[in-house]
Amino acid sequence: MRRRPRIAPPPASVEPDLSLDPSETGRLLEGFIRSEVLRTGRRRVVVGLSGGIDSALSARLAVGALGRDGVIGILMPYASSSPSSVSDAEALVGHLGILAERCDITPIVKGFLEAAGDPGRHRLGNVMARCRMMVLYDRSMEHDALPIGTSNKTELLLGYGTLHGDLASALNPLGDLYKTQVRALSAALGLPRAILAKPPSADLWPDQTDESDLGFSYDEVDRILALMVDARASIQTIVGMGYARRTVTRVQRLVEKSQFKRCLPVIAKVSTRSIGWDFRYPRDWKS
Amino acid sequence: MNSVRVALAQVAPKLGDLDANLDLHVETARAARREKARLVVFPELSLTGYVLRDQVPDVAMTRSSKRFAKLLRASKEIDLLVGFVEETERHKFHNAAAYLSRGEIVHVHRKVYLPTYGMFEEGRDLAAGDLVRAFDASPGPSGILICEDAWHPTCAWLLVQDGAEVLFVMSSGPTRGAKPGRGITSLRVWHDLLCVTAQFQTAFVVYVNRVGYEDGLNFGGGSMAVDPFGRTIASLPALLPGIAIAELSDEVLRRARMSYPLLRDENLELVHRELARVRRERFQVPDPLDSLFLVDPAIDEPKRHPARPPRPRKR
Repeated sequence: MRRRPRIAPPPASVEPDLSLDPSETGRLLEGFIRSEVLRTGRRRVVVGLSGGIDSALSARLAVGALGRDGVIGILMPYASSSPSSVSDAEALVGHLGILAERCDITPIVKGFLEAAGDPGRHRLGNVMARCRMMVLYDRSMEHDALPIGTSNKTELLLGYGTLHGDLASALNPLGDLYKTQVRALSAALGLPRAILAKPPSADLWPDQTDESDLGFSYDEVDRILALMVDARASIQTIVGMGYARRTVTRVQRLVEKSQFKRCLPVIAKVSTRSIGWDFRYPRDWKS
Repeated sequence: MNSVRVALAQVAPKLGDLDANLDLHVETARAARREKARLVVFPELSLTGYVLRDQVPDVAMTRSSKRFAKLLRASKEIDLLVGFVEETERHKFHNAAAYLSRGEIVHVHRKVYLPTYGMFEEGRDLAAGDLVRAFDASPGPSGILICEDAWHPTCAWLLVQDGAEVLFVMSSGPTRGAKPGRGITSLRVWHDLLCVTAQFQTAFVVYVNRVGYEDGLNFGGGSMAVDPFGRTIASLPALLPGIAIAELSDEVLRRARMSYPLLRDENLELVHRELARVRRERFQVPDPLDSLFLVDPAIDEPKRHPARPPRPRKR
């Protein structure tokens, strides 16, 4: 009897690849920060420190790029902020050896509420994020510094951020790193354990967590996004790999619906050369 | 070929700032000269930077531009291969490279393959070149490839068929991050491509990639020179500016072409015949040999018709 040759199963045609080389990636991102800051003639950045992992990583990379004197942490707690947010941010300031300032946004938000009325929990979250943006940009002027961003690729793709709030910055070293990659890089760079371990939260109201807001875990959504966005796999392929169709289609919808948050406002074209369409210069124009 | 020392200038040009970049070139050429190099090779668009978009016409230079003066002066001491935006007399803009020697522009290559996909948009702002020609450089017959040109093996193949023994590959190659065990990913890919090209063509390959950042793109560096056996003979690290010297040796070229007589055995006639057939079948056009070419693509200048002689007046 002839033996049938054993045929190895074909490898999966596509895999979510979230791996990164932490040391080279860190070097690359520090070089980016240094280049983007120095080309504007400045030497410093301001970073809003929430006590979370994203702002901690941005601050750590900025220290690597510009030195301790080149980074000013701004703590902007609100009355309802978790006490650990402030203590973790303070611990990070000590860990990195940077200067920090504190500006409580409670009176600013209170003033808004008095003038504009109570907008409800969700909109209040946006108001708080925009108050922090206002403080951060103001401090950046005071220190002749650039405000550095802390939004990661997962948040940006899902639209999980406030336009003109936490999404606002002059440069963002984390915008091409998924949350799981932020975690891996932060661990490799030795950020404080308390910051690495705590569940991600926007801390806009008590006990808020990102994963309960979003309805899926970062581990899961990052793998789906890596397949959908980076590998350009079809929905059918991703579902065929065992991901729940409901989750995959929801992720796709969130990415599509939040495109406006990743763009400048749309401009109506009524001239021969319109900004965005045929007036095209790099952001680093003449710098 | 002549055995010469070639300097690989892994620099970070300033985006859109010709004057600053001209100074950078002159200083770097001086440093290369101190290392006793006969030639210094710069990256793609080394005089202008890469993410130009609407700045293309602002930084463009004709071959007779006065802006070349500084470089032409420097070329009396050391040959220079520089990247620039060339504007033709018909106002086409090319991603180009100029070889300068003894106060003259000896050769210009216009990038043939303009990447226009993913993060690249060269085809929107620039015109594609349509010539691939070898020329005489200080090491001997050489050819220039600009970045994407090297990804089309026909370009290197044509240059070597045209006599090139050294291939200069000038690049502004952005990276796509770093992976465990592989470091900056694009460096590995380029390394493999360059080694294979050197071996397939039994030619020296001198690759110079830029460093620095533009609009969030990071250019990886990792410039290197490869001998015709595919061995790395000079290299620079990722991301950092620097100069490396490669010794190109005729003795090595001779041994490689003795050991691997690929060039000797290349059947140009067969390639030509089969290509003509593929072309005929694919495009439903007659064999190029049958048609009469009236236009030499080498000529991009407007034809100046001689003034008609005045008609003799009737008396």
